[in-house]
Amino acid sequence: MSQELAKQADDKTLFGFWVYILTDCVVFACLFATFAVLRFNTFGGPGAEELFSLPFVFVETMLLLTSSFVCGLAILAARAKNKKQTLILLAVTFVLGLAFVGMEISEFSNLVHEGNSWQRSAFLSSFFTLVGTHGLHITVGLVWILTMGWLIYRRGLERNIIRKLLLFSLFWHFLDIVWIFIFTIVYLLGATL
Amino acid sequence: MFGRLTVEALIHDPIVTGAQVTMVLGALFVIGLLFYTKRWKWLWKEWLTSLDPKKIGVMYIIVALIMLIRGFADAGMMRLQQALAAGDAHGFLTSDHFQQIFTAHGTIMIFFVAMGLMFGLINLVIPLQIGSRDVAFPFLNSVSFWLFVAGMILVNLSLVLGEMAATGWLAYPPLSELAYSPGVGVDYWIWSIQIAGIGSLLSGVNFLVTIIKMRAPGMTLMKMPLFTWSVLNAMLLVIFAFPILTVTLALLALDRTMGMHFFTSTAGGNPMMYINLIWAWGHPEVYILVLPAFGIFSEVVSTFTGKRLFGYKSMVFALCAIAVLSYLVWLHHFFTMGAGGNVNAFFGIMTAVIAVPTGVKVFNWLFTMRRGRIHFTSPMIWFFGFVTTFTIGGATGVLLSVPAIDFQVHNSLFLVAHFHNMIIGGVVFGYFAGLTYWFPKIFGFKLNERLGKYGAYSWIIGFLFAFIPLYILGLMGATRRLDHYDASIGWQGLFVVAGIGVMIIGVGVLFQVLQLVVSIRDRKKNIDTTGDPWDGRTLEWSTASPAPHYNFTITPEITSRDAWWEQKHSKVTETPKYRDIYMPKNSGMGLFIAAFSFLGSFAVIWHIWWLVPISVLAVIALVIYRTTNDDSEYRISAAKLAKLEEREVGT
Repeated sequence: MSQELAKQADDKTLFGFWVYILTDCVVFACLFATFAVLRFNTFGGPGAEELFSLPFVFVETMLLLTSSFVCGLAILAARAKNKKQTLILLAVTFVLGLAFVGMEISEFSNLVHEGNSWQRSAFLSSFFTLVGTHGLHITVGLVWILTMGWLIYRRGLERNIIRKLLLFSLFWHFLDIVWIFIFTIVYLLGATL
Repeated sequence: MFGRLTVEALIHDPIVTGAQVTMVLGALFVIGLLFYTKRWKWLWKEWLTSLDPKKIGVMYIIVALIMLIRGFADAGMMRLQQALAAGDAHGFLTSDHFQQIFTAHGTIMIFFVAMGLMFGLINLVIPLQIGSRDVAFPFLNSVSFWLFVAGMILVNLSLVLGEMAATGWLAYPPLSELAYSPGVGVDYWIWSIQIAGIGSLLSGVNFLVTIIKMRAPGMTLMKMPLFTWSVLNAMLLVIFAFPILTVTLALLALDRTMGMHFFTSTAGGNPMMYINLIWAWGHPEVYILVLPAFGIFSEVVSTFTGKRLFGYKSMVFALCAIAVLSYLVWLHHFFTMGAGGNVNAFFGIMTAVIAVPTGVKVFNWLFTMRRGRIHFTSPMIWFFGFVTTFTIGGATGVLLSVPAIDFQVHNSLFLVAHFHNMIIGGVVFGYFAGLTYWFPKIFGFKLNERLGKYGAYSWIIGFLFAFIPLYILGLMGATRRLDHYDASIGWQGLFVVAGIGVMIIGVGVLFQVLQLVVSIRDRKKNIDTTGDPWDGRTLEWSTASPAPHYNFTITPEITSRDAWWEQKHSKVTETPKYRDIYMPKNSGMGLFIAAFSFLGSFAVIWHIWWLVPISVLAVIALVIYRTTNDDSEYRISAAKLAKLEEREVGT
């Protein structure tokens, strides 16, 4: 395919992905709004201040931010057509993301074991759904990294593959931003109020 | 093994059994016909796996028209019940069945008729109208369509296996929560429109990118045809509104299957939040449906009066204004919920304000016709029907926007009459006009005009007979969704008139079916050899009818609005310079993705838990397979294109 057509393809795919991210923003906006409405509806159960541990969440945040940074480095390496470096950096991104999901799962399972599952109160329903949706997105991202790694390993840094990698990095940074909001609205506000 | 699914799910009362048998026999008949004519392979290669937006559009429209028959049958049953069930007579439907029918009617008409016709027409027309060969993401388009079909099958399956929701088409909690609706009905409703809605969302992204990025060179935004403008606005609404629907349905599903408490009446849940969320999607949805209809009428009126559209810029501005305002009015659906006087006043005023840009559009259409040479073709008959009924509906809408009046007629048949006035008079009439107008572009021959006009007249007259009585009944205090009323109230006469109206609409539907049959029989007589049967103005009429699968042999260059009209009258002929083009290969992957989404949803509805992870993993695997495989296009060389074009001119 000619250069011109490839550029068109880049152009519309990237724009399309931005639009997709916009729709995902609306999804999270709804979940944040739901959380805001229900956060004090604890129905006699524990509230945010009794449940969340800020140091724990801080570690989670650091893991995710670092993985986002490493993902950026991976894009730079891919642009420089350095296959080996790209793969290594993607692997680091993956491990950090996996650690984040692992911490989140352990946080959730602790809550459930203490009897504070999503069935306890409307507040906990909205908490699990908001944070869980983000976690689900991260998990999708992890699967995506694996397929990207496999593609780069098999076919090298072709133009289409760099495009796909760019989409992934958009997705990953977007999830980072969503997490910042979760960290602030769910955890920081929850713990201090 | 099969969760809640037992043989009992198949057992119903005689009326439902009749519908079940009819549906199953219909499906068996189609399958038998395909075997008999040995068309399976043809169907698979030419249609089911096609990524050509024109074919996807035709499939959307076929599904939507079949669903229209289904939804219309539901409407007929409701009208008959209400005409009969006064005093000692209790009609022929049980209360529970009646509730399922009005739920199915609303759900099917909005999600599977109106949305289907809309995306069908958009698929047919938008790439042609902007001078493009394809949509931005052809494969995604096929996924959207098949998700729509999966949702359609689910909602109809509820008739055969289990039950439909008995909650009304928006399934308000707490009624729709597990405590009050323990059956599978609400789950069918949730997953059917969840899947179809995700399909719509993907289509919204797809067509937004198509319109923004794939217009022919020279077509600036202010040179776009008005249908394209209306679709651009509608797709922006889809992008912002449908994610809200996705979340809302997901939260209700979490309540029902995971025991969460978003909208329950216990454990701190808040049902009012559901009402807010669903209408934050629901009101823009109304405009998603009606904006493309406005676009269609803009094309139709201008073409059939042979004039430029009056006030192009104000039309564009009005479309954009409506798109923005449509997000600021959702609360008028529940003035009575108790948001307080100031909030109600704000939303009442915004609702009245939205009538202004709509009025601008009506006047622009009328001014376009002024001093024009009007051709009384059937799309124009639909237009006249639209202008009169839609204006009545608009006026009653402004009445309803006043909170004090809304308190009086809230949840009454006055409201039912109002929104049918907008949806039938606006959306349905618009899409029928569009179908007649663009039919020759897709199939190469015109529809029979005489039968088309009979159909349109029957619809318009039937509509007035069916819904004007409902306004009066509403003012007399008849609430919606009644399956029985007291004889002494004196409503029965008006209900009988409304029932007669539905029969007249039924005659209209018969005329339309007949129109299609006769037109196909006489297709040689009505053949369109020019590609421009109506003396059109926009680019879709510049290519052959039926349009070749690559739409244009040479990408057109645009210098003005009404590009084709200018080109026709400028008499400059250029020697064509052919270039290689790339078209997407067929793919059945969209169908498979939708099939597994269907299976997964079915499993959740019936609590067949082992099937859920299998379906989810299958969908993920298919998506990965498709997105990592770049060999999805094929080339048509310049030489071959020239040959194809010569053959076209030769005939």
